[in-house]
Amino acid sequence: MKMIFAIILAGLLTNNMVLAKFLGICPFLGVSKKVNTAVSMSIAVTLVMVVATAVTWPIYTYLLYPNFTYLETIVFILVIAAIVQLIEIFLKRFIPPIYKALGIYLPLITTNCAVLGITMLNITNQMNFVHSLFNALGAGLGFMLAMVLFAGVRGKLETADIPEFLKGLPITLIAASLVSLSFLGFAGIGG
Amino acid sequence: MDILLPVIIVAVIGLIAGVGLALASKFMAVPVDEKQEKLRACLPGANCGACGFSGCDGYAEALAKGEAEPNKCAPGGSTTAEQLAEILGVSVTESEPMIAFIACNGRPDNAVEKYTYTGMESCTAASILHGGPLTCQFGCIGFGDCAKACPFGAITVENGRPVVCKDLCMACGACVKACPKALISLVPKNAPIKVACSNKQKGAAVVKACKASCIACGMCERTCPNGAIKVVDNCAVIDYSICTGCGQCKDACKRGALI
Repeated sequence: MKMIFAIILAGLLTNNMVLAKFLGICPFLGVSKKVNTAVSMSIAVTLVMVVATAVTWPIYTYLLYPNFTYLETIVFILVIAAIVQLIEIFLKRFIPPIYKALGIYLPLITTNCAVLGITMLNITNQMNFVHSLFNALGAGLGFMLAMVLFAGVRGKLETADIPEFLKGLPITLIAASLVSLSFLGFAGIGG
Repeated sequence: MDILLPVIIVAVIGLIAGVGLALASKFMAVPVDEKQEKLRACLPGANCGACGFSGCDGYAEALAKGEAEPNKCAPGGSTTAEQLAEILGVSVTESEPMIAFIACNGRPDNAVEKYTYTGMESCTAASILHGGPLTCQFGCIGFGDCAKACPFGAITVENGRPVVCKDLCMACGACVKACPKALISLVPKNAPIKVACSNKQKGAAVVKACKASCIACGMCERTCPNGAIKVVDNCAVIDYSICTGCGQCKDACKRGALI
């Protein structure tokens, strides 16, 4: 129990997917203009992360290990792409409101490196199945935290008096680096 | 032989994923109403909301379910209504074309200014400061919140006065919602007489505020042979279902509040 708590806390703060590991930067900059779209995207990412981990971990452990570990990347990409499609079909059929709310963000996750990243990190860190799942959940929540925080920052940027040459993407990147820098302060917590 | 097994592994995983997806898409397919797609294709895609639904998609869905009439699309007009009715297999009831009308004649010369406003160029912002820069609390402030709200660019502000372009206005009602003074209403496009004043104060106060105001003298009401124009709450109101457009009230009005 203590271990699971530590894993989730690490995913949120010290090993934050976006701000400490610099994975999933594309949606972080692309979909963080408004808080509600940021939350939708994060929920979709969290969902896919957990499901993808649940599928890729057994595949790696029982199929690829120990002889074909070099197939990790290609197999994981294949599996994640298929899972995202499957989840999309499933949601469209059974939970249309969520399907509509997630909209374009669900298919976008197919190419999200944060999802591939977390499944591979679980393997690299030699976590067991349950811990892997919670690590994926923690990473997803960490992604959400980063997205919502940054959506707030961008909301402030809208009304801020920014020098002409920094307007738009430049100031967004600078703001992102500052938010990331502030997360460095968490390094070391929880070992 | 070392290469064979990994190839088989990836191929099998790919095959399982492919077959799984194929089966899933077959068994969990959502039936899409063909009619709805056809209807959507006929709509202009302006997503203005004049029909009362959430955009063109919402309207097409309601149409397909039979919950809406095919004549609700203002931008599409009668051509769209006919196309929609054809797909649905019903006869179309022609709706009268409407146009947005701003019921104030104050700007630029007639209305008296209470103070000089130098703040943000927005009617909503100006109206918060003592009801706006005009002595008339009902009058058009003229910063063009309506023009900004118009999705078709039909309203332009000329000399501090918003003007509606007859050809561009689709009567979607976006400006009606945007006006902080609630001056805008949708009137029939061919309405012969319109009341260009919304002041509901008593005559004496209105005379001081604006040269072209309705002072509720009742002259129009007495002149009208059909009883189509009435003074309600100190301001004239025309019932277009009775009005014949004879123009006698316009001639009778000494204030020039009828145009």
